[in-house]
Amino acid sequence: MRILLVEDDRQMADYLYKALAESGAVVDQAANGREGLLLAASGDYDLLILDRMLPGLDGLGIVRTLRASGNQTPVLFLSALGEVDDRVEGLRAGGDDYLIKPFAFSELQARVEALLRRGSPDAPETRLRVADLEMDLLKREVSRAGKQILLQPREFRLLECLMRHAGQVVTRTMLLEQVWDYHFDPQTNVIDVHISRLRGKIDKEFDIQLLHTVRGAGYMLRAE
Amino acid sequence: MISQDPPSSPWGQLRTGAARILRSSTFRLALLYVLLLSVSVAILLGFIYWSTAGYMDRQTTATIQAEIRGLAEQYRRRGLGGLTALITERVARDPVGASVYLLVDSDLARVVGNLDRWPQEMPDADGWIRFRLREWGPARAEEHEARAQVFALRGGLRLLVGRDVRDLEATRALILDALTWGLAITAALALLGGWLMSAGLVRRLESINQTSREIMAGDLSRRIPLSGSGDDFDQLAASLNAMLDRIEQLMASVRQVSDNIAHDLRTPLTRLRNKLELLSAELPASGRAADLAEETIGDAEEMLATFNALLRIARIESGSRRAAFAAVDLTPLVQDVVELYEPLAADREQQILYTSSGLGRVFGDRDLLFQALANLVDNAIKYTPPGGAIAIGLETLPGAGARVEVADNGPGIPVELREQVFRRFFRADHSRSTPGSGLGLSLVQAVIQLHHGSIALADHQPGLRVILRLGSGRSAE
Repeated sequence: MRILLVEDDRQMADYLYKALAESGAVVDQAANGREGLLLAASGDYDLLILDRMLPGLDGLGIVRTLRASGNQTPVLFLSALGEVDDRVEGLRAGGDDYLIKPFAFSELQARVEALLRRGSPDAPETRLRVADLEMDLLKREVSRAGKQILLQPREFRLLECLMRHAGQVVTRTMLLEQVWDYHFDPQTNVIDVHISRLRGKIDKEFDIQLLHTVRGAGYMLRAE
Repeated sequence: MISQDPPSSPWGQLRTGAARILRSSTFRLALLYVLLLSVSVAILLGFIYWSTAGYMDRQTTATIQAEIRGLAEQYRRRGLGGLTALITERVARDPVGASVYLLVDSDLARVVGNLDRWPQEMPDADGWIRFRLREWGPARAEEHEARAQVFALRGGLRLLVGRDVRDLEATRALILDALTWGLAITAALALLGGWLMSAGLVRRLESINQTSREIMAGDLSRRIPLSGSGDDFDQLAASLNAMLDRIEQLMASVRQVSDNIAHDLRTPLTRLRNKLELLSAELPASGRAADLAEETIGDAEEMLATFNALLRIARIESGSRRAAFAAVDLTPLVQDVVELYEPLAADREQQILYTSSGLGRVFGDRDLLFQALANLVDNAIKYTPPGGAIAIGLETLPGAGARVEVADNGPGIPVELREQVFRRFFRADHSRSTPGSGLGLSLVQAVIQLHHGSIALADHQPGLRVILRLGSGRSAE
């Protein structure tokens, strides 16, 4: 895994470099926009992590230039600008995800992993499978070990999100964004209750637990 | 801002407006002024009346006395014969004139004169008498006022010389009438003037009052409008506005300090949290150390959540998000909130009852509105005892906008605390034991204010009812 990190804040860059390298990625660094664009255009990276505000050329400019030249490398924006518009602007410019500073490292890790393992959008899947849990996206049906499981529409979307990221940590914020489609801070961990309901439906009658809680980070669906 | 129910009808509004003017000190001053003015005008007019009527009276007296002098002269020179001859001549010369003569003998039988009988009224000490004069007009008898002096002559004869004062009386009545009307009109005009003047002053004072009330309701950005005339009211308004600017500045700087603290501590706190996470990864997956690390991470997250909420409120209050406002249908949004919180309520054996009418289209920020409603429902669930019910109602308003109500069965909020709950970090005594930062309602208020909506708290007996009103137009201001 090769990641390009473009961040002008020295401390932040060092910290991210260490953390990403620790999780096994090869990380290249650039401290300004021009250098970042040069590296991104020439190198073969799996992921670009760009700060939005950069000296020289800002993050948005880098992504626009890359996308205009046909480069489709996934981009994760880091930004201190947290308004909805800023996020929309970042995603519209061609970014794939947007993380507001300061962030928990587990959040970054989960999002990096999700971007790195993202399937190609050209071949839409019709069936998802994790161990003996199966989801038919066309018929909107879920079964485990051949036994059909009835889910509410929202539970279906929740499970779909977890299955698409099988084996990866999915944070609560990611679930709120992707399953509920709202950017907000719940005062209570409402997501936990939904997860435990879902768990009751897909895991309760089975010996092997598929839906796991990852301490301090989020949830993960995996076949042991 | 806390909204109050508007007066029931335009008529009611008018009545309270009139009552306000009647109660105003300017109007009371005006009344006093009207009273003083009326008294002075009455005195002035009284004097005019007295001098004109008195003058005419004296004229009449003088005329009568001149006649008497003439008659006395004649009587002295030519005796009774001369007197009767003169009277006869004068009566003949002026048969329907204003002069009145009567000479009677001791039996009160007429000797000569143009009166048919001696008046019954008693003369005063100077011999003046006032009596009713009956005169046969063209159609019927008319009575007039007459004034005369009576004399006793030799041989039991009595003489009466006077004048018909009907013209005088008519003039006097005319003057009195004019004066009474004059006084009444003066008083009425003064009263009207006083009313208009007080209405003007009350209106200007009311604009100051209104602004003060809005400021007390939480909108510190309001200012008292100036009329532009530079008068003393404008000067007062300008001073008050300057004072408000200063207060706002001070409050902003206090808030700025807390926002800065939140902002500056957020980064190191996140770093701390991340290091704790790295540390916990080094620890054995289970055991006391891992539990402790997780708890500590939880604590750090709680602090971060508080800081984030503070900064979020600050950002919302800055109003910058208004630029991204769009039409939002509240019905699906409220349904999503209900659906998100329904399992949490079910876990606490609570029921969420949801009713809606219409689309509930408003103009605003979808994520912030969701946040605000989520906070309200979150609170409702937190404070409702197990087995209770939470009622969420959405009503599309006929004009524009929507009304959302979230009602719970919790302990409610006492009336005297209802203003305070919107303050940052405010927590009612009974809620100290429940988790939360004390920022939830502040955030709701910030969101609603950003939308130019209103938030009101009411009793649900038992419990709390939160009523939100949101507008649908760009010009919700």
